[in-house]
Amino acid sequence: MAISTNIWIWIAALLTLAIYSFLYKDNPFYKFAEYLLVGISIGYGISVYWHNTIITKVFNPLVYDKNFLVLIPLILGLLMFSRFFKNVAYLSRIPIAFVVGAGTGLSVPSSFEFLFKQIYATMPLKLDVGSLIIVVGVISTLVYFFFSLEHKGFVGKVSKVGITFIMVAFGAAFGYTIMARVSLFIGRIQFLLSDWLGIIK
Amino acid sequence: MKFINFINNLDKRWIYLVLALCIIIPFIFPVGFPMKTTPPVKSIYDFIEDSIPEGGVVLIGADYDPSTMAELHPMAKVIAAHALSNNLRVLFVTLYPQGAGMAQDAIDNVLREWNKSNPDNPKKLGKDITLLAYVPGVSAVVLKMGEDITQTFNEDGYGNKLSELEIMNGIKNYKDINLMVELAGSSVVLTWLIYANGRYGLKMGIGTTAVSAAEYYSYLQSKQAIGMLGGLKGAAEYEHLLGKKNVYGGRKDASIGMDAQSSAHIFFIILIILGNIAYFVKKKKEGK
Repeated sequence: MAISTNIWIWIAALLTLAIYSFLYKDNPFYKFAEYLLVGISIGYGISVYWHNTIITKVFNPLVYDKNFLVLIPLILGLLMFSRFFKNVAYLSRIPIAFVVGAGTGLSVPSSFEFLFKQIYATMPLKLDVGSLIIVVGVISTLVYFFFSLEHKGFVGKVSKVGITFIMVAFGAAFGYTIMARVSLFIGRIQFLLSDWLGIIK
Repeated sequence: MKFINFINNLDKRWIYLVLALCIIIPFIFPVGFPMKTTPPVKSIYDFIEDSIPEGGVVLIGADYDPSTMAELHPMAKVIAAHALSNNLRVLFVTLYPQGAGMAQDAIDNVLREWNKSNPDNPKKLGKDITLLAYVPGVSAVVLKMGEDITQTFNEDGYGNKLSELEIMNGIKNYKDINLMVELAGSSVVLTWLIYANGRYGLKMGIGTTAVSAAEYYSYLQSKQAIGMLGGLKGAAEYEHLLGKKNVYGGRKDASIGMDAQSSAHIFFIILIILGNIAYFVKKKKEGK
């Protein structure tokens, strides 16, 4: 057993314990750790954006490479801030229109292609139990979400099959969610026992 | 009835305490529960092992932050180590600002452990492995990479000009990438699948948190992804497969947590059974 002598490990360990102290009850240690996390995350994000966008993508090309084309996205970006001034706020619509237009144009064809692959995957290429389950599951689940017909008679029976499939999916997702939450806890315990206290290797 | 009332009125902090013990005890006294490798994990492993020629390129998307580090960080390390063991080049990329820190930590760790266990075949930052600098834009970045990777990033995550790095020799766009494994617990996986796989045909694998794993199985069935690592278990399976090769001495972060995971699951199953019994008995009694 070799307790860490690294100050950063100690800070991380104490902050971990401060966060978990909330499980007992809300307290100032938890609040301190929570606010620290939010503040540091935002500060870190801004510094990364500053260096990797403003400096690398705008300042350097403009000043050192004399690439004046950069001015176009720069002006569009600055127009976003016009929202803060009532008399010129309408100017912010220009970059928003650009982003929405370009984004939609880029995503629509690719998204359709992406969805067609999913639809194609529900077509049975061979007759086996797995393919049958997929076909029945997809159709009955879609019928469950079809609200133009009352869920009675045949439609009602099919939608009941659909809800069964939905419940199975929820069950799988719930099981995985438990596994995920436990994994996060395991990660912290592993850090405390290994990196901090040195109880395990 | 006394027991049912006890269950219904139990302070949840006792459950937290028992859960903590269920996780801590197996770390100190490992049980060694058996582990089975699942086909989605094995297919990514096999692809890197058998289908990529020496000098090929594996792109790893580190789109996660410390909140999902426990599940996704072991994946980043073990996949990078596996690629290095086959003399492949490893490029990390991130679409999240926090991902850069995660990727740099994974690279440092893998390089340190690799060079410690393989002094006769040392790997170098910038030659065998590196991180592409974070650039905001998400889908725009993924699309631009399909045209020209060097132009998209300009530099690596350490401030070096990308065009001057040895690792970038012969890499222009997705055509020069043999496999991309996206590690994320968010819908950014879909961005890669839609644009990089759908538009440019980039071969992809997924590494995701257990919460998201159920959602992404459909992309395996449609063959939009060749395989998937789901949560800590997926990472542990991969570590198990790489462990058989005996080439990497790094700590098996995921594998050593699997005993704790299993004991916690047993505890949860007991809780669910007890909770349901208590619920139905109470309902029956109230019905009377």
